[in-house]
Amino acid sequence: MSLWVDKHRPRDLMKLDFHKDQAIRLKNLVQQSDFPHLLVYGPSGAGKKTRIMCLLRELYGSGVERLRQETMTFTTPSNKKIEIMTVSSNYHIEVNPTDVGIHDRVVIMDLVKNVAQTHQIDSSGQREFKVVILNEVDDLTKDAQHALRRTMEKYVATCRLILIANSISRVIPAIRSRCLTIRIPAPTETEIASVLHLVCKKESINIPSDLAMRIARSADRNLRRALLMCEACKVQQYPLTADQKVPEPDWQIFIRDTASTILSEQSPKKLGEVRQKLYELIIHGVPPDMIFAGLLKELVKNCDMAMKCQVASHAARFEHRMRLGNKPIFHLEAFVAKFMAVYKKFMEESLGDAF
Amino acid sequence: MQAFLKTGKISATDKPSSSGIKTSTKKKPPAPWVEKYRPKTIDDIVDQGEVVQVLRECLSGGDLPHLLFYGPPGTGKTSAILAAARQLFGDITRDRVLELNASDERGIQVVRDKVKAFAQLTVSATRLDGRPCPPYKLVILDEADSMTTAAQAALRRTMERETRTTRFCLICNYVSRIIPPITSRCSKFRFKPLARENVIKRLREICEAEGVDVGEGDVLHQAVDTCEGDLRRALTALQCCQRLLGKITADGLIEVTGLVPENTVNEYLSVKNYSELEKFVDKFLMDAYSASQLLEQLSATVVTAGHLTNKQKCVISEKAAVCSHRLLDGGAEFMQLTDLGCTIITANNDP
Ligand SMILES: Nc1ncnc2c1ncn2[C@@H]1O[C@H](COP(=O)(O)OP(=O)(O)OP(=O)(O)O)[C@@H](O)[C@H]1O
Ligand SMILES: [Mg+2]
Repeated sequence: MSLWVDKHRPRDLMKLDFHKDQAIRLKNLVQQSDFPHLLVYGPSGAGKKTRIMCLLRELYGSGVERLRQETMTFTTPSNKKIEIMTVSSNYHIEVNPTDVGIHDRVVIMDLVKNVAQTHQIDSSGQREFKVVILNEVDDLTKDAQHALRRTMEKYVATCRLILIANSISRVIPAIRSRCLTIRIPAPTETEIASVLHLVCKKESINIPSDLAMRIARSADRNLRRALLMCEACKVQQYPLTADQKVPEPDWQIFIRDTASTILSEQSPKKLGEVRQKLYELIIHGVPPDMIFAGLLKELVKNCDMAMKCQVASHAARFEHRMRLGNKPIFHLEAFVAKFMAVYKKFMEESLGDAF
Repeated sequence: MQAFLKTGKISATDKPSSSGIKTSTKKKPPAPWVEKYRPKTIDDIVDQGEVVQVLRECLSGGDLPHLLFYGPPGTGKTSAILAAARQLFGDITRDRVLELNASDERGIQVVRDKVKAFAQLTVSATRLDGRPCPPYKLVILDEADSMTTAAQAALRRTMERETRTTRFCLICNYVSRIIPPITSRCSKFRFKPLARENVIKRLREICEAEGVDVGEGDVLHQAVDTCEGDLRRALTALQCCQRLLGKITADGLIEVTGLVPENTVNEYLSVKNYSELEKFVDKFLMDAYSASQLLEQLSATVVTAGHLTNKQKCVISEKAAVCSHRLLDGGAEFMQLTDLGCTIITANNDP
């Protein structure tokens, strides 16, 4: 049995539950013949993919939903074989080029060229072009982004790209100026709550408004997370009640726990303990920048204004270094050590003032 | 994937190849405006008088030097050379022009083999049907700033040796990424961001051709303001706006270009305490605005802001520069915005 997130995913542009104006505009766009390249961006769980699949369905009909998964092989200039998973239909193909790390350029180029050189089956009403969906373009190497530039212009007759990103800060301007950029803000808490109500209705379940609102609030405006939480609630206790506990993601609890360890005592010994916890988080696949953000949020809670600023600036500095280096643990730990030093001094001084 | 590719067959005539520019005149499917209105001849190029002048001389029989075009995106570099090539070579463009860009393999090996092989082909000064044509071939290296130094060094030798039969045209955004031995062999042309009036004129022509109503032209001014001399960006914005909203409006343009609304910038600039800041940053990122865009607009606002002292302006601008650099390196937006926000709070409390 599939999860609610998949089971109740809207499949039609007009059935999308929020940003309805935008859905209407996208529908207009499809009706025009000069469909441009798209760059779709928004935070995770904002429904980018759902919206794009609806758009494709609008473009090509239900044929795009017959998906198959395949592994493709590419050869790098240095004759290394690389493999990548693709999901495709007769009309589109989707990849995560970042899966292959620094070889992303080869994958993108070969793929786009392949697609652009095959003709669309020309029964009437079909589009002249196929679509290539690239995920996580903000994490592409600069090399790959540069390679996309002329490619996007050259093959525009037979192939359109849909680029998906969390933010356009890291997409080079030359690419941005070649695409229609579509911003997808995260749904608001009210919008999330109303989606929860809808889904529960489809499942013939009764959900108290209070509970829906609480789930929405603790989901960080991430619809996917809210739905998963809601389903977990149902597994935990049914019928749902207004005051039942909303399960929080484990890693959030764990980060909070780590933060309180740091605040409890500032010593090399504690630092060692914290390191174990950080390792644990990393091993479980929590992205290091989320660990950083989580720690910062928790740690500044007990600080005064001046110190909050100081800590935030250290965090920003260490996080930046982490991006340049390749072992996140070093930089996380450096930040924790720095925080301990600053915090300890602060505590001692404020104790000193008290006497 | 195989099945996916097999749904159609590769047609021999339409296969895009890196060794030629499509000259087919058959009905093209509707293309985005930027492609549709790409200058067909060098006379269509807006601004850039100097380059156009030189190219025009070549067209009327003069010799073509090696060229190096550089300048910001969307100022007509690629368009200029493609138009010139088409005018120079007409229907034999395919045999005489080799276009390589960042998407093609351009390591040392390719420069040594492919470019050299192409350069060594001899050419005559007449076409098959006897009409005259320029006695040389043209190699276009678009986006040359993404070539490695080693590949550029290899290129230098080839350039030197094949000058008799081959001209090179290098195109890049940053001329500093091209090695000096190459720049010194080329005539350099800087493509300036296009002048305001000219952009507006061009946009108006295109809108007319498309039958789009732009009213008195206020929205065109808006389009120019948001695109900083990048005509491609302005055109894409206009088209997107037209396609999405059915009409072109100032608000629509702001939305499609990903600009941050002005009051959001001001809100950030006037945060007073940390919890306000935290809330602002969360909301900002949830609304999917871009931090680097915010910083860009912020620095413009700060410099002209009347309510800030010089000291405040300095402190904020300096930090904004640091944060913007970190963002370029891939730093997390949340962190950098919080850091800069703290500086703003401190500055606001200490005029
Ligand atoms: N000077 C110009 N005159 C007329 N049209 C222009 C000019 N500059 C840009 N354009 C328009 O913008 C589009 C893109 O221009 P072009 O591809 O030449 O930019 P570029 O300078 O090569 O940019 P990049 O550095 O991103 O490759 C063209 O199709 C054309 O419609
Ligand atoms: Mg170009």
